[in-house]
Amino acid sequence: MMSKPAVVEARGLRKAFGEVQALDGLSLAVPAGSVLGLLGPNGSGKTTTVSILATSLRPDAGDATVGGLDVVRQAAQVRRVIGLAGQFAAVDPNLTGRENLRLIGRLSRVGRRQARVRADELLDSFGLNAAADRLVRGYSGGMRRRLDVAAALLHRPQVLFLDEPSTGLDPESRFAVWDSVRDLARSGTTVLLTTQYLEEADALADQVVIISAGRVADTGTPAELKARFGTVVFHLDFGGYEAAQAAQAALASAGYQPQRDGADVQVRSATGSGELTGVLRALDGRASDPVSVAVSEPTLDDVFLSLTRGGEAA
Amino acid sequence: MSTIAMSPRQVAASRTAAVTSVASALSDTADVAWRNLLTLLRTPQALVFATIQPVIFVLLFRYAFGGAIHVPGPNYVDFLMPGIFAQTVAFGAVGTAVGLSGDLRTGILIRFRTLPMARIAVLGGRTVADLARNLLVVAVMTGVGFAAGFRSPHGAGALLAALGLVVGFGYAISWGFASLGLRVSDPEAAQAAAVPLVFLLVFTSAAFVPATAMPGWLQAFGTRQPVDALVNAERALILGGPAGHDVLISLAWSGGLLAVFALLAVRTYARMGR
Repeated sequence: MMSKPAVVEARGLRKAFGEVQALDGLSLAVPAGSVLGLLGPNGSGKTTTVSILATSLRPDAGDATVGGLDVVRQAAQVRRVIGLAGQFAAVDPNLTGRENLRLIGRLSRVGRRQARVRADELLDSFGLNAAADRLVRGYSGGMRRRLDVAAALLHRPQVLFLDEPSTGLDPESRFAVWDSVRDLARSGTTVLLTTQYLEEADALADQVVIISAGRVADTGTPAELKARFGTVVFHLDFGGYEAAQAAQAALASAGYQPQRDGADVQVRSATGSGELTGVLRALDGRASDPVSVAVSEPTLDDVFLSLTRGGEAA
Repeated sequence: MSTIAMSPRQVAASRTAAVTSVASALSDTADVAWRNLLTLLRTPQALVFATIQPVIFVLLFRYAFGGAIHVPGPNYVDFLMPGIFAQTVAFGAVGTAVGLSGDLRTGILIRFRTLPMARIAVLGGRTVADLARNLLVVAVMTGVGFAAGFRSPHGAGALLAALGLVVGFGYAISWGFASLGLRVSDPEAAQAAAVPLVFLLVFTSAAFVPATAMPGWLQAFGTRQPVDALVNAERALILGGPAGHDVLISLAWSGGLLAVFALLAVRTYARMGR
């Protein structure tokens, strides 16, 4: 699986801002044409990592290459093959969408005519045609983010860095951004994206690197990580104490490990939300139907708790 | 160390590369300047405020204080306008700091830093756009001056030469404020840091009152700084008299400041990610 050569490689990156050690010896590799999800909470060093790989920040120690080019010594060449979008790389609110893309295209050195052509293509493929000639300050958050991603693609970069591409977006815009990332990955672009959401890493990444306090805490495919931490939790509300007790007994006899809290029963599943059918079937005839059912994904907090607990147990 | 010998063809190739990179740097600078000017036109409040302040100063000094200020020469407004022009571009330079720190805050500067563009273009594009804005505001102020009775007794040529000194000086100090803007990622903070500096330079100079009206210790500073040199050179040109010496001193100040400030700003920009 690691047979493809790494296009992005970081070795022992360290970076401090004053007293704060943002990166504390971080290493990672992104195979060509794959999507790597860099998953971690706020302050774990995700943006610092991306900033170093995208040449806007110098590491204190360690080194990194993109396409075999050193991000410090060959920064100018690296900039020709990368695109950066996300949280902190912005578009100009006082230009229209089209003006933004044309400007960034020209500054990306694709040539004046090509900048115009690419701007139109990208406005089209990101669904921004109707808003193309409106000032960006009037855009919604989702439109702005899509423009931002488009702006990173004008010079058809080999490697795209996306810093928290869907933070603060409504679900619809988030899915639109996800679709774009999938399209890019399909077309062979290597993508490194940072996220705080396990769900997002799961949806997009081939490989996930979990970082905490500037170091790699764990790494694996989304499936591996989910098998390790990822239990879906069903929250069943039975409306009353006795009904809940009956349900708990029924589920236990069916082989589940239900946990009850008042009228609520929680069941964890390792296989995913599809398991809900089985859970309901176990109740059939033996307990009343739940008043409501909620399914929750394991949060990043759960993962970190598991990681630290696992560390203590091991 | 090995000696590097280049064949004539390599020399020619590196010369072509150098010409290409200068051409790209100029084109990038023009692109960034164009973007800054568009931004300026689309946030006209900034432009209006940049003009209102010097207009108010003309009104204040021409009509409110002017009667109490005694100057050599026939009338105060001819004395005042060179000071107003200097003040206008000095405050205009604050806009350079505010603009760059704004770009730092919105994150567009981070995008620029990761593009394969010429690095000088961010600073060059900003200062060139601010130069264009200064030209506009100084033109407006000239009109306001004429409306308030300014007559530029030595004619249009002398006035244009003086205004050339003014915008040249403005361009030079823009680079100084550029460094400030790059260090503060908050436009309000950049403004708060820049304005007192400008006040200090403008009000200790002979911009509004003759230096002889100030106490000796203040004169000692006020007459040895670039705004004073600029105002003296402008007055020498506009009001007449031997101007060569004053003009040279002002040009030396502007040239020296431009060199020092540009180096400083380029270094600040280059070190930003460290």
